[in-house]
Amino acid sequence: MELSGQNQDIKSARELGLVACTRCTKVWPAGTETCGRCGKHLHSRDTTSLQRVWAFWFVGFLCYIPANMYPMLQTRTLLSVQEDTIVGGAIELFHYGSPGIALIILIASVAIPVAKFLAIAFLAISVVRVSSVSMHQRQLLYEVVEYIGRWSMIDIFVVAIMSSLVQLNTLAAITPGRASLFFALSVIFTMLSAQAFDSRMIWDVQSGHSDTPDAAEGTAPSDRTAT
Amino acid sequence: MREPSLPLDEMIVCPQCDAAYSLRRPEIGERARCVRCGTVLITPRRKAGMQIIALSLSVAILIVSATVFPFLTITAAGTSNSVSILDAALAFSDGPLIALALATAALIVFIPLARVLLAMYVLIPIVLDRPPARGATQAFRLSEAMRPWSMAEIFAIGCAVALVKITDLADVGFGPAFWMFAALVFLVVVQDNFLCRWSVWNSLDKTKT
Repeated sequence: MELSGQNQDIKSARELGLVACTRCTKVWPAGTETCGRCGKHLHSRDTTSLQRVWAFWFVGFLCYIPANMYPMLQTRTLLSVQEDTIVGGAIELFHYGSPGIALIILIASVAIPVAKFLAIAFLAISVVRVSSVSMHQRQLLYEVVEYIGRWSMIDIFVVAIMSSLVQLNTLAAITPGRASLFFALSVIFTMLSAQAFDSRMIWDVQSGHSDTPDAAEGTAPSDRTAT
Repeated sequence: MREPSLPLDEMIVCPQCDAAYSLRRPEIGERARCVRCGTVLITPRRKAGMQIIALSLSVAILIVSATVFPFLTITAAGTSNSVSILDAALAFSDGPLIALALATAALIVFIPLARVLLAMYVLIPIVLDRPPARGATQAFRLSEAMRPWSMAEIFAIGCAVALVKITDLADVGFGPAFWMFAALVFLVVVQDNFLCRWSVWNSLDKTKT
């Protein structure tokens, strides 16, 4: 019973004068404050959503800068001590003949985090301004961002495994650098930013409710100062 | 079909896009999807409760034992070092990185463990047709809130990446905990996919008579 396209028959809960719980999907009359089933605080649309999205986005972005400037790993061998940043380590790998791994690191630690920042910013702007990208594509983009967000922690886990494992007294030792803390914070705040986004806003234009909450108008210009 | 005059108990609203539908329970094995955005709303399975409890119990046992036994062993030029999962999590243990060590331990050991224990607490009374356990609503809420932060499977893939990076440097051997953890990750993913959240919330519903 799957249909696609812009089905005009579908009414949103808000149009029907109802408010739905986004956690347990139970329906209540508009104006109900708390879900009687699961206890979640109910909002027809979360008016503070965009404020929180941008706040977390900005903190995550700020943390991403030192994550790239400080060393991620410090490798100490018999002869030398070497400190590598994320990009520096990838370039080194490229020179030492493993361009494949270097490429994977660049995609996982640089391209995907940057794409996530851009995607969340785009989604947050697109619900305030008219967007030419279809609602289905934006919903898909949101789901991809939410899904991929957690996987960025893989960098931190790799650093943790390597630095606990490679502790061979004088022979070789790997210790985590300061960038790992900032990188982890950046991933966590980006996840919080994506979670704060109320995806129901994507679909409001179709339902003829393109008017956005006042709170959203107030925060929209902050993206210009942030980027 | 979508009249607002429907009793509210017979409606369901997509949490992702706010589309309202009249509730029709899918047959066992079917999935109810949102027509507009494709989000899966209800996905009942036969005997899902019992299967999830069994899986949760195995996951809990595996987490505890995988944490205690040696996980990986490294050997290079006669020197060797073996670590457990907790050692790996606590690698960030100097200075300000201690916060990261605690966060890592929580993400890969304690949050997954807490989630399966909460799932058992919520589901066992439901499966036995007893009234819900005291605080079951809060327990399931907490378990759902922790869902994005349970990262055991990501840690497992991280192991694979780290091993590729290290093999040039030294020989790496797998301890018993490594294989436990591999099985664990599989079970965690299966357990999470068996769980129909709507059905659990529906069973916990105290507003119904």
